[in-house]
Amino acid sequence: MNFIQNFPFFSIILSMFSGIVSSVLCPKAARWVNTFLISAVGIMSAILLGYLAQTGESYTYMMGHFPAPWGNEIRAGVLEAGMALFFCVIMLLSMLGGHKKLLREVEYSKHNLYYILVDLLLSSLLALIYTNDLFTAYVFVEINTIAACGLIMIRQIGRTIEAAVRYMIMSLLGSGLFLMGLCTLYDLTGHLLMSNIKESVAQLATQHEYTIPLLTTIGLISAGLAIKSALFPFHSWLPDAYGYSTVSSAAMLSSLVSKGYIFLLIKIFYRVIGFDIIADSKVINVLFVFGVLGMIFGSLSAIRENDIRRMISFSSVAQIGYIYMGFGLGTQIGIVASVFHILSHAATKSLLFIAAIGLTDVSNGSRKFQDLTGAGYRNKIAGVAFTVGSLSMVGVPIFSGFVSKLLFAEAAIGDNMKMMPAVIAMAVSVILNAIYFMKTVIRIYVPEHREDCQVITMKSEKVYAVTLICFIVLNIFLGMCSQPIVKWIESGLSMFG
Amino acid sequence: MFGPNLFANYGEAVAVILFGIGFSNLLLQKNLIKKIIGLNIMDTAIYLYLAEKGYIAGRVAPIVVDGVQEVSAYINPIPSGLVLTGIVVSVSVTAIMLSLTIRLYRRYHTLDLDEISMRLKKEGM
Repeated sequence: MNFIQNFPFFSIILSMFSGIVSSVLCPKAARWVNTFLISAVGIMSAILLGYLAQTGESYTYMMGHFPAPWGNEIRAGVLEAGMALFFCVIMLLSMLGGHKKLLREVEYSKHNLYYILVDLLLSSLLALIYTNDLFTAYVFVEINTIAACGLIMIRQIGRTIEAAVRYMIMSLLGSGLFLMGLCTLYDLTGHLLMSNIKESVAQLATQHEYTIPLLTTIGLISAGLAIKSALFPFHSWLPDAYGYSTVSSAAMLSSLVSKGYIFLLIKIFYRVIGFDIIADSKVINVLFVFGVLGMIFGSLSAIRENDIRRMISFSSVAQIGYIYMGFGLGTQIGIVASVFHILSHAATKSLLFIAAIGLTDVSNGSRKFQDLTGAGYRNKIAGVAFTVGSLSMVGVPIFSGFVSKLLFAEAAIGDNMKMMPAVIAMAVSVILNAIYFMKTVIRIYVPEHREDCQVITMKSEKVYAVTLICFIVLNIFLGMCSQPIVKWIESGLSMFG
Repeated sequence: MFGPNLFANYGEAVAVILFGIGFSNLLLQKNLIKKIIGLNIMDTAIYLYLAEKGYIAGRVAPIVVDGVQEVSAYINPIPSGLVLTGIVVSVSVTAIMLSLTIRLYRRYHTLDLDEISMRLKKEGM
């Protein structure tokens, strides 16, 4: 066995271990451990990705000393390794960009707790990406929820605690449904490892046995993970949680936590139930309907909002709707579009959150639109970054949002029944996106001279500026080099099968 | 469709009804403590379901006594293991929910989540 094959295990155990070590370190050391950890995991994932791309096939890795049907397993393919790398990049940039705000908003004595939570979040995300065992996935889903709850409430104001409570309630409803579905599936098949379950499910499907329990199981699991990733009617916790928590948390919650659940759902579709059975079931139609509703109602709520952070949060609801609409199409190309949108939304949304705090900082900390007038001149780099993020969200070519919308449109055209609603909803949603994002961009570039506001230049906040430039480059990279990325997603999905 | 199957699996049916009760309590109650009680009913219902499914009438726990070695004499221990893991998870999330509730109660002197939201809206921030 090649040494590189140990890397997924190393990444998970290293991030858990750094979390434990951070609890006794001073905040500064904890920060260095955290930065080192994220970079190390990123580098390991990159090496693993290179190795897997070379060999061209996935592998399973035995955890402990028990072989397949009994023991626990990790599985790695190109999609998993690439996702881990991407998540590390976004996490590192979010931590860098929000560090200054963290110093201001959170008590210094609590900083090492924050880094523990981030380490735990990384370990649970990696475990969700790599695991081949459904019950392990459930346990790490819960760890992810707890870490995310801590990230929301590390800034101790009334709003964040209330948001954390609402987040926990919704998440626990979701994980209850997920666990129930998992237990039923275990009862039907007698296995917990994904590949073994898939064989049994395929057998059940060909013999037409237990069709109703199987459908119920798919419904429970999809509903549970959809609730946890804030699909449209279950998004009530989202604006407060993203809008008032410290900015690194908001960026990570919107671009990583919900995406981890969605990635797990894709894995379950492909590796547990089997994509053909999913495509034939009625569950994806439900996901499609709620996805389309989310695309429109999320944008409508964003238009009504007068607070820039909450507006960006509501836009997340719409983007999650896009991803579920892609699932709902029930074709391979729909899933490819969804995975690409996971990447593009993660890169864009964290950029927007971090650019938005730059704009509010130069407007006396106010987040209301009328106070943001001219903020793009007072903090130039944040203004440029916000514009780039907005253009990407609206779907202007050369930015990443355009490619994902193009892929969604191509996927929708392949389906006769769902083509009209999907394409119309996308058109409406793009126009609504343009209304609220362009409104903001125009607002921040209306010239207004204000004496009472400070001016931030690139030289005074170097780290922040570099972070935003990295995000912009990442965004343009996703938009310009989409072809190899789509190829990579396709090969990763075919390795799932 | 229902008849004999339902009566043979009455334990599972009870578990699913309890799950529904817990789920709707967690979703619909206004009082935070009642919500947490709902959460615990929901989780416990799942453990009941697992325990019911894991037991096979006439077999015993997989501990070798009297030298009986056949597999058919014992039940599968994994469902019981899953119940234990699940209990650990639900204890920790319950602890977090309770600590959040204490924090909210100290700030707002009420356990009603809707009223807390109303006050937050009035505060503006």
